[in-house]
Amino acid sequence: MAMRSLISERVSCRSSVLGARWMSSWWRNVEPAPKDPILGVTEAFLADPSPDKVNVGVGAYRDDNGKPVVLECVREAERRIAGTANMEYLPMGGSVKMVEETLKLAYGDNSEFIKDKRIAAVQSLSGTGACRLFADFQKRFHPDSQIYIPVPTWSNHHNIWRDAHVTQRTFHYYHPGTKGLDFAALMDDIKNAPNGSFFLLHACAHNPTGVDPSEEQWKEISYQIKAKGHFPFFDMAYQGFASGDPERDAKAIRIFLKDGHLLGLAQSYAKNMGLYGQRVGCLSVLCEDEKQAVAVKSQLQQLARPMYSNPPVHGALIVSTILGDAELKKLWLKEVQGMADRIIGMRTALRENLEELGSPLSWKHITNQIGMFCYSGLTPEQVDRLTNEYHIYMTRNGRISMAGVTTGNVGYLANAVHEVTKST
Amino acid sequence: MSSGGHGSATDRRLNALFRHLSSSARMDPQQLNSIAASPTSANQNDSVFSHVVRAPEDPILGVTVAYNKDPSPLKLNLGVGAYRTEEGKPLVLNVVRKAEQQLVNDRSRVKEYLPIVGLAEFNKLSAKLILGADSPAIRENRVTTVQCLSGTGSLRVGAEFLARHYHQRTIYIPQPTWGNHPKVFTLAGLSVKSYRYYDPATRGLNFQGLLEDLGSAPAGAIVLLHACAHNPTGVDPTLQQWERIRQLMRSKGLLPFFDSAYQGFASGSLDSDAQSVRMFVADGGECFIAQSYAKNLGLYGERVGALSIVCKTADVAGRVESQVKLVIRPMYSNPPIHGASIVAAILRDRDLFNEWTFELKAMADRIISMRQKLFDALRARGTPGDWSHIIKQIGMFTFTGLNPQQVAFMTKDYHIYMTSDGRISMAGLSSKTVPHLADAIHAAVTLVS
Repeated sequence: MAMRSLISERVSCRSSVLGARWMSSWWRNVEPAPKDPILGVTEAFLADPSPDKVNVGVGAYRDDNGKPVVLECVREAERRIAGTANMEYLPMGGSVKMVEETLKLAYGDNSEFIKDKRIAAVQSLSGTGACRLFADFQKRFHPDSQIYIPVPTWSNHHNIWRDAHVTQRTFHYYHPGTKGLDFAALMDDIKNAPNGSFFLLHACAHNPTGVDPSEEQWKEISYQIKAKGHFPFFDMAYQGFASGDPERDAKAIRIFLKDGHLLGLAQSYAKNMGLYGQRVGCLSVLCEDEKQAVAVKSQLQQLARPMYSNPPVHGALIVSTILGDAELKKLWLKEVQGMADRIIGMRTALRENLEELGSPLSWKHITNQIGMFCYSGLTPEQVDRLTNEYHIYMTRNGRISMAGVTTGNVGYLANAVHEVTKST
Repeated sequence: MSSGGHGSATDRRLNALFRHLSSSARMDPQQLNSIAASPTSANQNDSVFSHVVRAPEDPILGVTVAYNKDPSPLKLNLGVGAYRTEEGKPLVLNVVRKAEQQLVNDRSRVKEYLPIVGLAEFNKLSAKLILGADSPAIRENRVTTVQCLSGTGSLRVGAEFLARHYHQRTIYIPQPTWGNHPKVFTLAGLSVKSYRYYDPATRGLNFQGLLEDLGSAPAGAIVLLHACAHNPTGVDPTLQQWERIRQLMRSKGLLPFFDSAYQGFASGSLDSDAQSVRMFVADGGECFIAQSYAKNLGLYGERVGALSIVCKTADVAGRVESQVKLVIRPMYSNPPIHGASIVAAILRDRDLFNEWTFELKAMADRIISMRQKLFDALRARGTPGDWSHIIKQIGMFTFTGLNPQQVAFMTKDYHIYMTSDGRISMAGLSSKTVPHLADAIHAAVTLVS
């Protein structure tokens, strides 16, 4: 073919003692990959020179001046750590102290499961790493199982289970009409899934919709999942961020634990401790007994070893320094409450602004939804208009990161949203 | 009651069923007995992972686990390759402490997510470090460098990319190699074969075997090369041998995948230790390079490393990078910021960089002197055998030639902890502990076969 003869022509022209084959690139047929839908938004935002630009794309917290925040408890922890710690390898399962404190947050300070050593837990590379380790573990020990993923969900969930080669299915979650939970369809999907399926659940502050089941609804979901012998896997990336109170945000997990589920759980400190780039998290699996927990943990480590050997120490040290010190922990809880309160305040402000502008649509969902994100209901075309005409950056599914909204830009944002939706 | 030797599990199922059926009503034992546990009823307390068996300890990291359990004051940890001072303590380099202070004092620093490919400045500086500041490949923008989780992470990400985009899915690894290599490549989706490398008879390189095996590899196969200070043997090809390897590989279109975990640690010179890599890049061909800062900057637990892919053109490098991002995102989204920030702070600052080269040379020199001391101690004891390989081998490890039985004996009787392949980490030795090790080796060689 033309291409091949062109290559071999170029190649044979090169005089070389080394032979012809090494001259060609092995990667000519590598297609450029599509940009990540979420992280690509920030890239585009950074490239925009407009002074009015607003980034409500990626879920990273901003203060009311639109600046990233390093929590005071974190700064203090770092001051204490710097110059004192060595940087030796952590064990494959990570920092024991950090994992202990992390389990207490999720399972309860006085959890019988922790006392009975029934939880297999390893430090992970934030929430992503925890989900991926679990997905690999699921594939290895239940190769024919499937994972049910809510619609919609964080887009990377699909990538994670796909790369782990686990069959994916979806279940109903968000109801576009009510902009709330499609509870009936969700329950049907749980009932209709083959017994023993794996279900991915967002513990609180569902990403991207901000729609969480009520306590009553969680109880029914728990019951139905148990009746079908399904495996519940929780992704908890926002504990503390939803209501401001980590104990309250763990409610769903506590309900499931009380009902006797042997659940799996991914925890992240990216948002609630502002440790994004440190990549600190934890994967835990509740087992029948200590012996099983030891076995499961050892197998999780077998998956981590050929991926990164052992997890990074710095972020874990920050976490264990804070959670292991009563004063610093108190400070952290206060700061988390502060972040959640600011977001709740911005929800109210955005909704009120839109109502005052006389929008024909209902914006109740802005204050009904919870956590970092608001699923606005904007169409991709409307989102494009916001970006192109108003330099407002968000993901095309209409997800607004409320953390990026400030008293300074909420008026501008409301106005822009009104403009692109008023003729709807 | 239903069948099976799992009486108690059945009991639990029935109890749970009972709880569901009647929260307040009571069932009499008669009724209870008439409820059979159906095969499809929910397993209330049985874990779906109850069939999971306990995995064996990692052969390398497990050594430290065993060492920690030993109460003997004489115990010596020569297992994992982590540097120790003469006092047997872990070392945080001065330049690292300084860089960390800089970071802590800079209130403008935030902990936001890095891009998927990591810290840009770190990537640029890492490429320069391994390829040389004047590398034409860098000048021509033909190199894509992405920050990864130390050497392991760089190898895994590179291998996953190859498994998806490269036409040849076999990787040849040297015999022996680091214990984690086969798992990394297998889980990434490659099939693993080996080529001869170490010659137990000479305790040196089996060069003929290496050439034969690479010569008969299928065209285009991937070949793992230890850039310097081969782990576990400490046996490196000479520059002349590297040149012959390069010619052979290029003539067969074999793809080089370098694992560079000890740059600066082998000879004490960063540039000398990068010669093998630079030789391959200089011929204009393509290659993969996994870099680690675990040992040479003592950043072990921070997990700092980089994967560099040298391509034919800038356009190809750009497309390759975009695909590498798709491997990383579902694995851990983006890499940890702390360690990379430290590295960038050091590499970008001329004074810190120079100070680093001195500290690096000091570490390498201490290891070289430990080699000499151990060799002298064995000679002084008249230990049978030729121990010159101890001073001929290079880098952190010595492949002693001791067999698993001798190793087990040394652990049991002398509390020496090392991997069963006979590898010892010279970095774990000090002048004080060399005599104890020499005694142990002497005893093992004379008493155990």
